[in-house]
Amino acid sequence: MLRVLLSLVLMFTLFLPLTGLSTSGPAQAQETEAPDRSATGGAQTLEDILARQRGETVDNSFRANNVGDPDSAAGIANQLGTLGGASDPDLWRALRFGKANITASNDGPASTVLVQDSGMWWLEFRQGPLITYGGYLLLGMIGLLVVFFLIRGRIRIDGEKTGRTIERFKAFERFSHWLLAGSFLLLGITGLITLMGRKFLIPTFGHEAYSNLAVASKWVHNNVSWAFIVGLVFVFFLWVAHNIPNKTDLKWIAQGGGIFAKGKHPPAKKFNFGQKIIFWSVIVLGGSIAASGLSLLFPFELPMFAATFEKLNALGLPGLIGLDPLPTALAPHEEMQYAQLWHAIVSFVLMAIIIAHIYIGSIGMEGAYDAMGSGHVEEQWAKEHHSLWVEEVKAKEAEAPKGATPAE
Amino acid sequence: MKAMLTAFVMIAVISVAADYGLDYAGFSAAERQSGDAVRLE
Repeated sequence: MLRVLLSLVLMFTLFLPLTGLSTSGPAQAQETEAPDRSATGGAQTLEDILARQRGETVDNSFRANNVGDPDSAAGIANQLGTLGGASDPDLWRALRFGKANITASNDGPASTVLVQDSGMWWLEFRQGPLITYGGYLLLGMIGLLVVFFLIRGRIRIDGEKTGRTIERFKAFERFSHWLLAGSFLLLGITGLITLMGRKFLIPTFGHEAYSNLAVASKWVHNNVSWAFIVGLVFVFFLWVAHNIPNKTDLKWIAQGGGIFAKGKHPPAKKFNFGQKIIFWSVIVLGGSIAASGLSLLFPFELPMFAATFEKLNALGLPGLIGLDPLPTALAPHEEMQYAQLWHAIVSFVLMAIIIAHIYIGSIGMEGAYDAMGSGHVEEQWAKEHHSLWVEEVKAKEAEAPKGATPAE
Repeated sequence: MKAMLTAFVMIAVISVAADYGLDYAGFSAAERQSGDAVRLE
């Protein structure tokens, strides 16, 4: 129950930026009364344009429904008959509001959507706030770790080393970890190349060099994603039982994990609370990234956001934080745009968390890397950071000879 | 170390298999996005 509540809170928190975005445009603005349009013959007026520029919602039905009237058109032999009752502006309005009868030689739900409203909003957000704040998040995390390292230094093994080692992770556990880690690194790097190419790489290396890099990045990102998903599934089943929160975690939290003061070592089982946060972040955020990634990998075939928004609206979650209901009628392209933004936002958060994980698993803590390197850790390290787990292992070792069958 | 290297090799194997496998199974962009009247071969 606690886990369900935790994941709900987490998912809701994660949805906040997206819901904010989706309503930061005209939908959030106040409604205005339709002005008198008799002077323009029913076409939009200066007041309509100004209202849109003020960010107010303008009821577009007067344009959406004004797409010509073929039924009352003049006969084909008469003057103007060849227009078929719809002028060029009528046709463009029909395209703009998705009411034109379009035949296309390509296939799929997006093939007949020639104009959609959210493209520019998405493009501007992607090139602006997404890159800016995402970049700040990653650089901020790196800066924070540098400051932490300068203040705290490397977390050393406090006690005297025993020279004995204890097996912490078996070969398949390490394989799964590196399958996930290696693929995530590749996905993170190629994702950043794809996202930030236009802003940073093209001005530096030129279009041609970036073009080759972008093509290679796309191939790697699309195909390595499967290794990430496989690694995610392996890691989940291998470690989920060890990562269920328990009361030991409260002591760990109370002592700040012992990372801020030398000689302080709160008890922990196989995984301490910090590692549990990493685990659940990887599972929940990684799962969400994988889901939105699949939606992007199979364009227009796995739309998720309209259905998700519908469920969130039904739960009344947007209203709880003072937002209007989320849009539930999305064009196929809008689904892809939301999937891309969600994919990138959640990836930035997970990358920031993983940067901290890489730090503490390498230069940040003496002896930590061995757990995933050789699989065997110094016994003193294990006693200091996972004392309860060491006791369990020792107890099992003590029991083993009793039940073991001697070799013939 | 051996587990790590095996995992990295496996990433490459899965990636190549995914690329060829999806294409073979008819999930190329050309196959999925072309209309019935388009001849791909």
